[in-house]
Amino acid sequence: MAPFKKIFCLVAGLWSRANRPAKHLSIGFLTIGGFVAGVMFWGGFNTALELTNTEEFCVSCHEMGDNVFAELKTTIHYSNRSGVRASCPDCHVPHNWTDKIARKTQASKEVWGKLFGTIDTREKFQAERRRLAGHEWDRLKANNSLECRNCHSVESMDITVQSARAATAHQTFLFTGEKTCIDCHKGIAHHLPDMTGVEGWE
Amino acid sequence: MKRILINITTALGLVFYATSAFSDGTATLRQGTPITSEAEAPPITKEENTDVKRVRNYPEQPPTIPHQIRDYQITLNANKCLSCHARTRTGESQAPMVSVTHYMDRDNQVLATVSPRRYFCNQCHVTQVSARPLVENEFIDVEDLIKGEQ
Ligand code: HEC
Ligand code: HEC
Ligand code: HEC
Ligand code: HEC
Ligand code: HEC
Ligand code: HEC
Repeated sequence: MAPFKKIFCLVAGLWSRANRPAKHLSIGFLTIGGFVAGVMFWGGFNTALELTNTEEFCVSCHEMGDNVFAELKTTIHYSNRSGVRASCPDCHVPHNWTDKIARKTQASKEVWGKLFGTIDTREKFQAERRRLAGHEWDRLKANNSLECRNCHSVESMDITVQSARAATAHQTFLFTGEKTCIDCHKGIAHHLPDMTGVEGWE
Repeated sequence: MKRILINITTALGLVFYATSAFSDGTATLRQGTPITSEAEAPPITKEENTDVKRVRNYPEQPPTIPHQIRDYQITLNANKCLSCHARTRTGESQAPMVSVTHYMDRDNQVLATVSPRRYFCNQCHVTQVSARPLVENEFIDVEDLIKGEQ
């Protein structure tokens, strides 16, 4: 019994001291305590973010699994000679922290969509596709195709080993800053929606 | 009993004939691999992506595609080829415009946009791969034919 009593006394003592107005606590205690709490909070937050930042999480919804994921599987970003795979969060969730949190808050809207079963068949998905793709194009256009550039950087692109078509296009429009990746590379990962009215498509 | 014997000899004869036909070097795409065993798969060939136009074998030939077309979507929703080869897109892409025949309907009436019967490009245009031909090609270009006759 003795050790427990000892611990109890210690905790009670600490508690009564912590309960006293802050002016009796040293600035050092406050700073260190605050720091520790902060680290713990961030850690938990990060873990939660890590968990939702995986391909498994994204495709756990059949909207994603049966449509966009199935389509991704035949493309170069799923299987290629380099053995590097781009997964959903690589292209869709910004790696930048503040952007990431902003995106996650938006993702709660998606959860509502799931709960109320707005898009539960392939047909319904196809009907919504133009709108959803539009969100992604706008986002990538606005951030200058940040996610693409996280893997493909203009600085390390050697156009001498690219095909003539690629080299010409990149030299004329990409290096000059006139266009960004998503302007020319739509539909690299999934089937395209109805493209009538989209710039550059007939 | 006699009937059965005749049947068996005919069957054996047929089998013998068939096996000898395969072993005497008849040209088949199996290239001598006996019918009873599986041929070794040839290595997968590469799609040519040289961007150099190839000579057409006769004037009406749909030109072969000199570039890769991996994942180029031609669907009800979108036509990736036309995003470069349509009349209005050629300035930016520097691709040759689909010729005027692609804008004609079957009464040779020229339409404003690519005719529906020319929408699915791969029906006529194909890429080439770096494979060795399985059989010899004996095609003679009409130019050579004319020269030979003179
Ligand atoms: C709870 C189920 C669910 C999960 C999990 C989920 N999604 Fe979604 N997602 C949806 C639904 C439903 C929509 C359609 C929302 C709408 O109608 O606006 C959607 C839309 C999208 C869009 C369209 C763009 C937009 O902003 O409208 C993208 C991109 C997307 N999801 C990517 C992801 C990624 C990446 C993940 C994993 C980090 C993920 N989703 C996880 C259900 C889900
Ligand atoms: C290589 C980058 C890349 C990867 C990997 C990727 N996407 Fe996309 N995704 C895009 C782009 C670009 C768009 C915009 C539409 C387009 O151009 O096809 C898009 C659009 C979408 C849309 C909107 C509807 C549509 O089809 O346009 C959803 C939903 C989506 N992606 C979910 C996912 C999920 C889930 C995964 C993982 C299984 C994933 N994406 C993997 C690049 C990617
Ligand atoms: C996770 C890293 C990653 C991300 C993010 C990514 N890519 Fe890629 N991409 C790759 C890899 C790896 C390859 C294949 C390289 C190889 O083996 O040739 C590739 C190939 C490509 C190709 C060549 C296709 C072909 O058929 O040769 C294009 C075009 C491309 N990516 C565009 C994009 C665009 C546009 C985005 C943004 C929407 C993007 N990528 C995002 C890693 C990535
Ligand atoms: C002006 C249009 C344009 C822009 C902008 C553009 N590309 Fe391309 N890209 C092309 C064309 C055209 C090709 C060759 C055709 C193909 O591979 O489908 C190509 C090919 C590629 C290839 C394959 C290279 C090869 O030799 O096979 C990669 C990888 C690629 N682009 C990545 C990117 C990335 C990443 C960006 C943004 C940083 C980008 N591109 C911006 C037009 C563009
Ligand atoms: C990114 C733009 C682009 C796309 C997309 C594209 N092409 Fe091309 N194509 C070109 C260019 C540029 C040339 C000229 C030769 C070269 O640079 O490869 C060409 C050449 C050709 C030629 C040869 C013409 C001749 O006179 O010999 C054919 C045929 C062709 N393309 C068909 C297609 C088909 C079919 C598709 C779709 C599956 C397609 N192209 C998609 C840019 C493109
Ligand atoms: C029914 C068969 C057919 C279909 C479908 C077809 N083409 Fe052609 N294409 C031809 C023939 C034949 C020629 C050569 C004679 C001519 O110009 O009409 C040709 C020529 C071309 C040329 C060379 C033009 C030039 O003047 O150098 C290009 C580029 C081309 N086609 C692209 C396409 C594209 C892109 C599509 C899809 C939108 C397409 N074709 C669909 C049959 C076809």
